[in-house]
Amino acid sequence: MEAFDSVHARPAPFWRNGPQPGGLYNFSNNSTTSRNTSESQRSAYPVVTGTSVLGLKFNGGVIIAADMLGSYGSLARFRNISRLNRVNDSTVIGCGGDYADYQFLKSVIEQRVIDEECLDDGFGFTPKSMFSWLTRVLYNRRSKFNPLWNVYVVAGLQDEEPFLGYIDKIGVAYESPSISSGFGSHIALPILREEMEKNPNMNEKDATELIQRCMKLLYYRDARSLNKYQYAVITKAGAKIHGPIVPESNWEIAHLIQGYE
Amino acid sequence: MKELYGQNGPKQAHFSPYAFNGGTVLAVAGEDFAVVASDTRLSEGFSIHSREAPKTYKLSEKTVLGSCGFHGDVLTLTKVIGARLKMYEHSHNKKMSTTSIAAMLSTMLYYKRFFPYYVYNIIGGIDDEGKGCVFSFDPVGSYEREAYRAGGSASSMLQPLLDNQIGFKNQEGVAVVPLSKEKAVNLVKDVFISAAERDIYTGDAIIVKVITKDGVTSEQFPLRKD
Amino acid sequence: MSSIGTGYDLSASQFSPDGRVFQVEYAQKAVENSGTAIGIRGKDGVVFGVEKLVTSKLYEAGANKRIFNIDRHLGAATAGLLADSRHMVERAREEASNYRSNYGSDIPIRHLVERVSMYVHAHTLYSSLRPFGVGMIVSSYVDNKPELYLIDPSGVSWGYNGCAAGKAKQNAKTEIEKLKMKDMTIRELVKEVAKIIYVVHDEVKDKAFELELSWVGEITGGKHQLVPKDVFIEAEKYAKDSLEESDDSEEEEI
Repeated sequence: MEAFDSVHARPAPFWRNGPQPGGLYNFSNNSTTSRNTSESQRSAYPVVTGTSVLGLKFNGGVIIAADMLGSYGSLARFRNISRLNRVNDSTVIGCGGDYADYQFLKSVIEQRVIDEECLDDGFGFTPKSMFSWLTRVLYNRRSKFNPLWNVYVVAGLQDEEPFLGYIDKIGVAYESPSISSGFGSHIALPILREEMEKNPNMNEKDATELIQRCMKLLYYRDARSLNKYQYAVITKAGAKIHGPIVPESNWEIAHLIQGYE
Repeated sequence: MKELYGQNGPKQAHFSPYAFNGGTVLAVAGEDFAVVASDTRLSEGFSIHSREAPKTYKLSEKTVLGSCGFHGDVLTLTKVIGARLKMYEHSHNKKMSTTSIAAMLSTMLYYKRFFPYYVYNIIGGIDDEGKGCVFSFDPVGSYEREAYRAGGSASSMLQPLLDNQIGFKNQEGVAVVPLSKEKAVNLVKDVFISAAERDIYTGDAIIVKVITKDGVTSEQFPLRKD
Repeated sequence: MSSIGTGYDLSASQFSPDGRVFQVEYAQKAVENSGTAIGIRGKDGVVFGVEKLVTSKLYEAGANKRIFNIDRHLGAATAGLLADSRHMVERAREEASNYRSNYGSDIPIRHLVERVSMYVHAHTLYSSLRPFGVGMIVSSYVDNKPELYLIDPSGVSWGYNGCAAGKAKQNAKTEIEKLKMKDMTIRELVKEVAKIIYVVHDEVKDKAFELELSWVGEITGGKHQLVPKDVFIEAEKYAKDSLEESDDSEEEEI
């Protein structure tokens, strides 16, 4: 009914979007001149997002994990998407942040892997080369004010040495024996660091149990997380993605937590 | 809509191409040596990314660069410097001297004057006469040769200490003695320990690189980790 | 040659009065100067064989390969100018890559061949361009269906059960025709392919050559790849043995 009215309404008055006759022009918001539509506004916010990625080195390998939720703001929009990408036998990348940007970069990486396979010269992405390349891609995009709104965790095995690296959307990159992005860096990373200090020579089983404990903890504490996740283990036996894992949860004591209503 | 989100409408998460990742660098020149030191903490806000990220970069047997600020720019800048040094070496058949590296770094920084590298650089090394030298830079390429300089997050705490202890400033009737290598290294350690007490972006460990005519030696010492 | 001196062979954009484009025919001649390349389509895949003539002892073994991967599922074998071949392969890889980027799946071989053919054909239309001196054989094995195509310098392409390009293509085709390839597996065919390359090789004119063998089919999981070492050795041995046998029987006849 409203649409009908607006279509058959009187012709638009003169001087619309302008000052009253004799008045002064008002340059406040909504004026096209004040809106900055230049480069600096392009793709400058994430839409469908993934939350934390966890990563941990252990004796003879690396493990990384990410849950399977794609959030649309506070809406749990996609509940079965993978955020781990097995690049090859020795490299896995995990991704947080904008899912579309991740899918874009994933397709670029997959084509590059195929290109390398076609040459059949024995070369391919290694964890270090993937890390370096991703760092350059993300930094160059931020320098064009057109960032890929992601955090990447690169995990792998190179020359029998475990590798674990972090890269964010502006090109900050580093290697570390334990890594977490996003909310996990507040909740899970201190636990990973503490356990590593206690047991610096963790085996695969210890590391896997620790990561699973942290993923469950993140499900309890991170409102943008899901109790369904994948984890990848990279050892000299190869790279394997496990899951989806759906851990049991227990909310019996939830009612005791109060004071935030 | 306006009522719901306030006067300015819904707010977009805006993009900032910079971050401050902390870290402090420091260089001291002696008669025939130079010391370049940095801490190894990499932070962002109240989080620590890494406790093992040194900010000293050995550029040649005679030159060490200390570089901190926005880590993305630090990585890029040091990578480009590395490439430029190789290109120089291949076209001139010799290594670039410390003074030339300093001049080159200045032009590289100024080239990005209107989208700067957010990086504080200090170069320490041995010059063409075999003397210790320190060059300090601002992020857009202004530079000068000095006897000592602190840069980065705790620079404003370290610099007055160095002024007093190396420059003998604000003291009366003090004997001006030339700085020995051992004294320099010990002083560097002490000032970093002090900085780590007060500055949350400085800590975890300190890396001290000593440059002499014989090359670069490197030592590491623990700092507060909190 | 009747074309020489007439002035009608100087440009790819000009017909001769009897309706031929001599530049294209010269490009086909360039292919015929090259070592032979063959492809045979069996019931569970396609096999490629290339007679790579080694013109100098100073080359490393395995240099200047003429069998290529275009995508995971696509292989190519070429006869003709090697530099032109590599350019065409590069172009084919771009086509495969663009298709994947647009449609998110492997490029159908028919589509790829059409695109590359068009590109080759475009080089027969302009005075500023030189046609490709390449015969390119392309193969794939998708959805249990083996496919084999040959692209000619003219830009024409056909699907085949067996095809050959290069020096001894006539002899090779005669040999291929003797096979019941539709009932054969590529495991059997790879030996025959090796044999044909050895049979058509002219030992008098061209001394040294390297055999190249590749396949795509059921046993490779639809991937195009060079034949594994053991299979290669077996096939080459079969080829050499059957050559000796025929030599012996010829001598007996005499």
